[in-house]
Amino acid sequence: MRWSTILALMGFLMLAGAAAPQFALAATPPASSVISPFHWWAWPLALFLVTFLIGIVAVLAGVGGGVLFVPIVSGLFPFHLDFVRGAGLLLALAGAISAGPGLLMSGMASLRLAMPFALIGSVFSMVGALVSFAVPADVMQALLGITITLIVLLMWRAGRPESSGRGAGDRIAAALGLAGVYFDPAAGRDVDWRAQHTLAGFAAFAIIGLVGGMFGLGAGWANVPALHLLLGVPLKGAVATSNIVMSIVNTSAAWIYIERGAVLPMIVTPSVIGVMLGAKIGARLLHRLHAAALRRIVIVVLLLAGSRALLKGFGIWN
Amino acid sequence: MSATEDSALPEQRIYARWLAAGSRSSFALLVVVFIVYLTGVVPPLVPVAELPNYWGLSAGQYAIATGTPTGWRWLELAGRSDVMNLAGIACVALVTPVCFARLVPEFVRQRENMFAAIALMELWILVLAASGFAAG
Repeated sequence: MRWSTILALMGFLMLAGAAAPQFALAATPPASSVISPFHWWAWPLALFLVTFLIGIVAVLAGVGGGVLFVPIVSGLFPFHLDFVRGAGLLLALAGAISAGPGLLMSGMASLRLAMPFALIGSVFSMVGALVSFAVPADVMQALLGITITLIVLLMWRAGRPESSGRGAGDRIAAALGLAGVYFDPAAGRDVDWRAQHTLAGFAAFAIIGLVGGMFGLGAGWANVPALHLLLGVPLKGAVATSNIVMSIVNTSAAWIYIERGAVLPMIVTPSVIGVMLGAKIGARLLHRLHAAALRRIVIVVLLLAGSRALLKGFGIWN
Repeated sequence: MSATEDSALPEQRIYARWLAAGSRSSFALLVVVFIVYLTGVVPPLVPVAELPNYWGLSAGQYAIATGTPTGWRWLELAGRSDVMNLAGIACVALVTPVCFARLVPEFVRQRENMFAAIALMELWILVLAASGFAAG
């Protein structure tokens, strides 16, 4: 059976499970009850639908699911930011490890290019995750708003015409052998690449790891510009390698979230399934829709979600 | 060098195969334990109908309010369906460390000492994160 079928069945089961009698039994509400006009299952179900849409849009707009998930879900759903960040990180990780094998086998992603930068990113991602649990929730909300606004600026800039795509190389890149060639089936030719500005690349991946670990944003939004614009890797190679870097970097932060109990299965699993199903639909729609226009919509949505996080952080709109 | 024939390096193909096997099996486990959770076959630690009372709390407050163990102590309650789901999620997060554990001997065999060292350091970081020592 195909994975998409299994995932679709899971979505159906969620709908069916929502009506299961054992869940309708109202247990004694604890003292800290939050009054909600909805049944408990309405939230995971809505989460599944929202993440399904996020999965479609993320593929079409060429951004990671995590960067859309965290600001949108933390703004619209009643879940604490800790659990939203944990789920964002895990859905980005799940997407990255499922896409990884194909990208590696095709040779479009380079494991050797990913490894040194992922090592730096992993350390800082772990540090970012640890720091995030020491910062008050309202400060985290405000920082998330600022970060999302900065990401929007980065996306806006990265959307401009791409660089030449072949780096000039440097001594560290030469010592590590950070060069290669892959076959681009769309262009019907080999594309060779050589990394450049390696030291600056290490600094960039340290910052990306730190921010990704703190906010559970994944890192596709920044990995691709760093690999392409800074390190000089051609765009398709950068996108593919970004995925491998993300799968490694997110793993170290994910363990911190698991250790701290910031992973709620009722939030994580519907989100992972929703995004993965949506991504499959998005991949099919990729050739039919105008991706550039959609990217502009995503930028507007992110700006709104970032503003909401800022207002929430400052206690203006809770 | 032409990429059209076979551009993936040997260690990259090994890593890809392990990643594929790991991601498939961990997703399968994730789906199975979530079905168990949804169907209510195995009782959860926190009844699902009560979740809305707790998911607005911070992770630390949630653990205290529900008695959910943090760190690796959740293994003690792995018989509860919600805690069992953490095992599925942990398996997703175990895929990369396992792949790196396979990568180290491959780089050593190729006498690629620099990459063997990078792979070993990455494995150490991931094990440190997973062990709970880093989280304190």
